[in-house]
Parts: sequence; structure tokens; C-alpha cells
Amino acid sequence: MLSIENLHVSVGDKQILKGISLNIGHGEVHAIMGPNGSGKSTLAHVLAGRDGYTVNSGTVRYNGVDLLDLAPEERAREGVFLAFQYPVEIPGVSNIVLLKAALNSIRKHKGLDELDAMDFISLVKSKTKLVDMDEKFLYRAVNEGFSGGEKKRNEILQMAVLEPRLAILDETDSGLDIDAIKIVSDGVNALRSEDRSIVLVTHYQRLLDYIKPDFVHVLAGGRIVKSGDASLALELEDRGYGWVQQHAGA
Amino acid sequence: MSTSTQEIEKLIGQDYKQGFVTDLDADTFPPGLNEDVIAAISAKKKEPEFLLEWRLKAYRHWLTLKSPEWAFVKFPPIDYQAMSYYSAPKDKGDGPKSIEEVDPKLLETYKKLGIPLAEQERLAGVAVDAIFDSVSVATTFKEKLAEAGVIFCPISEAVQTHPELVQQYLGSVVPVSDNYFAALNSAVFTDGSFVFIPKGVRCPMELSTYFRINAANTGQFERTLIIAEESSHVSYLEGCTAPMRDENQLHAAVVELVALDNAEIKYSTVQNWYPGDENGVGGIYNFVTKRGDCRGQNSKISWTQVETGSAITWKYPSCVLTGDNSVGEFYSVALTNNHQQADTGTKMIHIGKNTRSTIISKGISAGKAQNIYRGLVKVLKGAENARNYTQCDSLLIGDKCGAHTFPYMEIRQPTAQVEHEASTSKISEDQLFYCMQRGISAEDAVCMIVNGFCKEVFKELPMEFAVEAQALLGISLEGSVG
Repeated sequence: MLSIENLHVSVGDKQILKGISLNIGHGEVHAIMGPNGSGKSTLAHVLAGRDGYTVNSGTVRYNGVDLLDLAPEERAREGVFLAFQYPVEIPGVSNIVLLKAALNSIRKHKGLDELDAMDFISLVKSKTKLVDMDEKFLYRAVNEGFSGGEKKRNEILQMAVLEPRLAILDETDSGLDIDAIKIVSDGVNALRSEDRSIVLVTHYQRLLDYIKPDFVHVLAGGRIVKSGDASLALELEDRGYGWVQQHAGA
Repeated sequence: MSTSTQEIEKLIGQDYKQGFVTDLDADTFPPGLNEDVIAAISAKKKEPEFLLEWRLKAYRHWLTLKSPEWAFVKFPPIDYQAMSYYSAPKDKGDGPKSIEEVDPKLLETYKKLGIPLAEQERLAGVAVDAIFDSVSVATTFKEKLAEAGVIFCPISEAVQTHPELVQQYLGSVVPVSDNYFAALNSAVFTDGSFVFIPKGVRCPMELSTYFRINAANTGQFERTLIIAEESSHVSYLEGCTAPMRDENQLHAAVVELVALDNAEIKYSTVQNWYPGDENGVGGIYNFVTKRGDCRGQNSKISWTQVETGSAITWKYPSCVLTGDNSVGEFYSVALTNNHQQADTGTKMIHIGKNTRSTIISKGISAGKAQNIYRGLVKVLKGAENARNYTQCDSLLIGDKCGAHTFPYMEIRQPTAQVEHEASTSKISEDQLFYCMQRGISAEDAVCMIVNGFCKEVFKELPMEFAVEAQALLGISLEGSVG
């Protein structure tokens, strides 16, 4: 469903991604691991369509369309979802208002009617249980005054409501304690399905104890230097990133 | 990372939907201002002698004053001899008529503005006084209000029918010598609304006045007077629009409110005068003096304003808290875009004991606009236990606009408690991207964030107005493309 071919990306004069190729099938869970500065978050942002990155060459096909050709909101409406590493605070705008605007714009794109207030509320309330979130959070301003764990749970709640076809989770485990990782992972696992592909971008193996990936890729120096199954993550944990980097250099 | 400031700026291009001109025969005075012109206005209105004297006194005082320069706004000197001080649609006989007699062109104009005047069409539960240039063209629901003892009519009519009330209260809150524009208004005001709520009456419906400037090269000087007797209650709304023109036009209004013991007045404004084009050409100069006197004990006056229009806004709706335990409130949203300038805020003057005031100001600046909050909290010696809470928040959209806050405090009473909070924030690229990543267009995201920022003020508006205000912000922020 997602096919990245030889993707080169720079920020200003700096080359960040130097030829990434990756194929993701329907319902697959891929983990992208790598040391700091390897380009993991850049890849996530480029897929979501963030400003400030220059794609120098390469292609990204998503369900048969050129993903890079779409505006960020069009990608979102087509089912691409990014769970942010640092979800932004939007004072004055309540969670429920954002969720409603988001869901209705996606439904409109699909040619569906907007959900009425009652149906929407009951849908959202049912999803809050997935991430063990108090309904009161729905009426608070988006991420304002949320703890790190609450912000990440809120991202997963949005994912649950918007039901993307491709979910990219950018360092969703960073800054979380074990209990919070467990809640977030349970939420993500509940959302695994045949028609939803998931990309986990993470620095640490520990997230993968909770969300079992089908494939693991190691990104270093802007390239994928090693790919394998879930056991690759364990090996990395043992031997460190230095091992693959040497491996790549060799 | 590159900024998307330019994109944001594209989003907030103006689209002024009320900019049309109604073509009709008007009875317009030639430009110029002198005592003869004032006498002619007074004669047109068949005013009693005292009022002409009052006007002339104001005019003579005005001649001694200079245009104020302390506000943070820039404009070329106004030539007061180059504009006309009276313009009224022809065929309008003496005094207001019934709706059936109003020129259909005028009814059409108000209909286009979303204010259907014909009673069978009008919004249920809201009485409207429609002021077109210098005169009131229609007032709805007068009979029904009269049953409750409420007087709601053009001030020019009140001068005829209730001269004693006008004489007693006119200028009692804003004296003719108050300031430059108030003095000018006192000399040349042509119409406005008059409201009188008798003792113990809760006004059975919302009252509203809709101001429309149509004629070119004229100033609009309206005068509104609202009196709430003991234990009465009234909610009053005003709306304003004008055609798009390259010349600036002056709107210098005075609004006076008087609340006696236990009375409450809620005054809401949605101001959408033509703001000028994206290069700053044209637009209304909105130089307005609004003041309420909480004259009685336990009285309350609440101002709510949503200011999106005008090239320049100079306006400080204020409360004089004379009565013990009286309450003053000011809730404001001021949005400036392109080259608009707004210097707006409030004054809360605490005179009585245990008086309380609240100020919530939300300034939004986009384009090259300047948005200024200027407020005074003054606690006099006798105002024991006075309390004030002030919150001023500014939101910037793009990086060429400005927001400034000038809070003044004069506290002469040691038991007073005065709090001031201020914040400035910017709609960030991160916030926009976050919303877009959830499928929301940048335009809708800006609108959603701005509406969220203004929420505390919108909830003070009467229901129908809150919806209108949100829509108006949406239009003011709408992209010029699509």
C-alpha cells in the first residue's frame, strides 16, 4: 500500500535521507529504528507532508497515488495519520472540537454525511475507553496542560476516531513510563487490522515488547542499513547501534 | 524550517460582503460645518429650543479643542468642512413611519444585510431600529414594547415625545465637553436609538439597532441613550456596515447608558464597518465614545463588543461605577487585518463601595495591522473593597502585525484589589500543521483557533449574535482565493 523508492530529502543544504526504499503491505506493522539524527523523524514528516523539507529525488506511491503530490490535509483525508512526537498545544480549541472538524472533513472527502452531534459524541466516548482516557479530556483544550503520557494517549485517541489506513507513530514511546507505554500500546494493538498499516518510529526496543512488528528496519546516516523481523530489534538491543553502523560501513 | 507566513497571509484576505451601495434619492446637506448647519439639523428634526442651545454649546466648545493625538493610530488630518453632516433618504416625511410606508429599496437593503424589517419576516424576539445615514428609517415591535411600558424609538422621535427624559439624561454620562469627538457628536448628531425601561420591567425582547452608512462623503453621528430605571433589565445589540469606498468616512457616535438601583444593561456590538481594502485605501474611521453609568446601587452594565471592521477604531466603552455594589464588565474581541488600526479598550471608574469590574480583551492581529488594548482602572478614595480583574490576550497571525497593551491603573483606596493578566501568542506553523495533518484545511484551522481564542467573549453574546460573530470572524479570515 505504501511504496517508497530511492527517496532523497534535504533540509536547507543538508542531506538527511540518502536513498530510502521501503515497501509496506496492507495490515503490516513496520518498526523503523535508528540512532538520534539518523533521519527517522524526517521520514515521518515527509510522509505527512510537513513544510521545510526538499525532496530531491525518489517517489512515494500510496495506494496507487503519488503521495508527495498531495497537500498535507489531502494526505490526512486519504488515510495517512501521523502521531506526533511532540503534540502541539492549541489553547481555546477543545479536543472534541478538533476531533469533530477532523472527522467531518475526512467523511466529507469520502462522500459521507457529517456525523450529527449525538452520533459523534457516542463514537468518541466509545473510543476513549481504548486509551483509558477520562471523558473530561474531550472538553479540555487540545493538549494544553496535558502530561507527556496524556498527550500520547490523545494522539492514539485521534487515531482511533479517524481510523487511518496508514498510521505513522513518531517516537510515541518517548518520555513515557512503563504504565503509560502499556496503555498506549494496548490502544495501538486494538487498532491493528487487515486494512491498517502501521509504522512505528522508535529509538528503543522496549516499545516493541508491547507492539510486535512484522518487520524491523534500521535507519542510519539517512539509509536503511538493515532489515529483518522482530528478532532484529532484540539483537540491536544487545549489540547497540554501533554494530549496524559498522556493519553498514563495512 | 521555512515559515508559511505567506500562506497564512493569503488565508486572511478580506472579503467584505456588505460593501454595496443603495442607489436612492437623498436629501443631503452641502459639505461644511458652522452654526447655521447645526441650526438646520435642529430645524430638520423640529427640536425644542433647549436642544439647539445644547448643540451650539457643544459646537463652541469643540472649536476650542484639538483632535486627540495620544492614541496609537495614524491618519491624515480630517477636513471637517469637506463632509456633509446630514443625509437622509428622500420621501421620508416627518418622523418614522410604519413598515408598509418605508421605501422598498431600503427594505431590500436591510434584507440584503440579513435584517428583514418587515415584521412578519423579522427574527422572532428581536426588535430592530434601523438607522440609515442620518435618520432612523424603521423601528419594529414598537407597539408590543409599549405594552410593557418600554420606549424604543429613534432619539429624534424621543426628543418630540419625551423631551423631559431626553433633557434629564442626555449628556449626563458623556458631557458635551468630554472629548473632541463627543463634543462634535453633541453638536451635529442626527439620529440614534432611545431606550427607556421603566421601573421593575424586564424588557420582553432583545432590542437592536442596525447602523448603515450609505451616502458618500457624509459623516454618521449617531447618539444612543439607554435608561434602565430601578430593578429593570434590558439587552441591547447593535450592528454596523457601510459600502466599500476609496475615501475614508467618519463615524463618531456617542452612547450613554444609565442604570439605576438594581438595574442591568447588557450592551452588545458587532461592528463590521468597511475596513478599507488590502492596501489600506478607504474604510470607516470609527471614533466612538461609549459610557455607562451604574448610577444606582447593585446596578450592572456589561459591554460586549466584536470589532472586525473599520479602518481605524478608537473606542473605549466604559463603566462609571457610582452606586455601591455596582458591577461593570467589558468583553472585547478586536480583529485587525491588512492595514486596519484599532486602539480600543475600556475604563472602569470605581466610585462606590464594593464595586466590581471585569475586563476580558482579546486582540487579534493579522496582515500589517496594529491592535492596541488601552484600559484604565481607576479606584477612587471612597471605593472601599473595589475589585477589578483584567485579562488582555493578543493573538498574532503572521509576522508583520503588531499587538500592544497599555494598561493604566490609578488606585487611591488601600482595600482595593486589582489584578492584571496579559498574554501574547501566535498561531504557529506547528499548530496549523497539526490541524492539517488531521484533515482540516489551513483556513478552517485558523478560523478554529481564532474562535477558540475568542470563546470567553463569544459566550457573553446573545445566542443569535454569537453565531453571527463567529461567521463574521470566519469571513474576515477567509481566503481571497476560493
